[in-house]
Amino acid sequence: MPQTRSTLMIVMALTLALLLFSFFTSRGDLGSFGTTILSGLFLGMLYFLVAAGLSIIFGLMDILNFAQGAYFMTGAYITFALFHLPAFQGVDANLRFPSAVAAATAVGALLGLLLERGLLRPLYARPIFQLVLTFGVAIIFGEALKAIWGTAAFSWSPINSFGIHQSGFEIFGRQFGTYRLFVIAVGLVLIVLIGLLLQRTRTGIIIRAGVEDSEMVQALGINVRAVFTMVFTLGCAVAAFGGAIAAPFLGANLGMGNAFLLPAIAVVVLGGLGSYMGTAIGSLLVGLAVAVVAKFSTEFLNQTVWSSITPMLLLILILLLRPSGLFGKESR
Amino acid sequence: MDTSHVLEVQSIHTFIGQFHILEGVTVTVPRGSITVLLGRNGAGKTTTLRSIMGLTPPLQGSITLNGESLIGLAPYRIAQMGVGYVPEHRAIFKDLTVRENLIIAQRSARDLERRSDLIFELFPDLAKFYHLPGGNLSGGQQQMLAIARALVPDNQLLLVDEPSEGLAPVIIEQLITAIRRLSEQVTVLLVEQNFRVASLLADRYVIIDDGQSVASGLMAELVHDEALIQKYLGVA
Repeated sequence: MPQTRSTLMIVMALTLALLLFSFFTSRGDLGSFGTTILSGLFLGMLYFLVAAGLSIIFGLMDILNFAQGAYFMTGAYITFALFHLPAFQGVDANLRFPSAVAAATAVGALLGLLLERGLLRPLYARPIFQLVLTFGVAIIFGEALKAIWGTAAFSWSPINSFGIHQSGFEIFGRQFGTYRLFVIAVGLVLIVLIGLLLQRTRTGIIIRAGVEDSEMVQALGINVRAVFTMVFTLGCAVAAFGGAIAAPFLGANLGMGNAFLLPAIAVVVLGGLGSYMGTAIGSLLVGLAVAVVAKFSTEFLNQTVWSSITPMLLLILILLLRPSGLFGKESR
Repeated sequence: MDTSHVLEVQSIHTFIGQFHILEGVTVTVPRGSITVLLGRNGAGKTTTLRSIMGLTPPLQGSITLNGESLIGLAPYRIAQMGVGYVPEHRAIFKDLTVRENLIIAQRSARDLERRSDLIFELFPDLAKFYHLPGGNLSGGQQQMLAIARALVPDNQLLLVDEPSEGLAPVIIEQLITAIRRLSEQVTVLLVEQNFRVASLLADRYVIIDDGQSVASGLMAELVHDEALIQKYLGVA
């Protein structure tokens, strides 16, 4: 309990520092301050969607799934492609978009299921092989997307769009897209839903127990392999869903997998390996830090490089304060 | 099929990596009894329990539960057939509450509800700390939780590994009472290093030495056989 309290103090101190930094660099422009914070929350939610699966899969199965970013990217491509498919243009855009997101999520789940059942399962006793395999799968996904859709980046045209994507609202004189607010809300709902799944259901209890001692879970009559498959599939589906809902804002490009995988890895480590609360809080912290640093470095330094290394800088800072991450166990 | 025996282990050979740990262990456990595996440290007692549970499956020999073979089954299937396992060092889930530690052991939705009276009668502390994380319990309470967890489903056989290890004498006495009580409901195969505890609890014994079962019989006879005790257990 005292450790949790001091961890929360660290989280609050970092959040406050980021807010103050953002406020002062906004030079009193509340609109700029507000949009920076909302951008941070938006990014944080996307990081969370990649990191949640990464964290639970690592905690339960000891697999660091390097393909998690590729699932995010695949989700974005499929959503973009289905939404813009000429054959579906007759369908109302407000129906076409959720259908495309659902299809992308389902494809992500299916690909996750195939990866776990077909390739990872024979390698459970060989962690290094698993690492290399997921890295290889990420490369294959990238090449497959390149073969299907080419190397050009796609951006979502505001002309061919849907209601919520076209609207915006004003915050102290600055425009902010309603769609990004929608993504923040969806992310928050998912944080709560996954949290409830883990805390309030027997499946969640099994997953949390499996994170501690999967052999003992088996000895209690539970088919741990089936739980592994379910968790891996769910993790990949959530990442694909993240890419799908990010697509209207970020478009689809071959770099987005790695662009989200690396911060997500930073989130998982700084949050504490296998800790869901750590992942949720870490995602928001990293998102906020990236947005604040991006704003500062573009406006004051005229360069963007600092925002891309911010997750790693934050990771180093937190590991110096808490070597096991914010909510990690000392023994892990 | 001999229905008087819940478990029959015939000449099993188990390897861990390249090491030949069990080199022919035979154990029979009569229904309704408490049978204890005795032997020095490293003799192969824990590996015998793990082999029965399928956690370190034997490469040779046979294991049957009520006449049905357990060889080649995954540990979860063996547990579902009615084998409860209380491992060495308890292996309770420290981040889960006492309630969650019990819920996870359910095989049907009402298991815990049906067994809660027995569990809380045997281990009243668990009711008191029902919503606390398992990691907050004392060593003795954790051992009680580990045994209680194995009582939640309708098991036919309990494998209990070193229940008295590291516990204060007063807690050991409570455990002895509890294990005696629960043996009225379920057959027990126990590993116990503490000879006094073993002699107070067990009806039958099997001595394991260097990975082989070397003697077995009634506990009441063993306590008078000083030569056998001295030879294999080093207890005066």
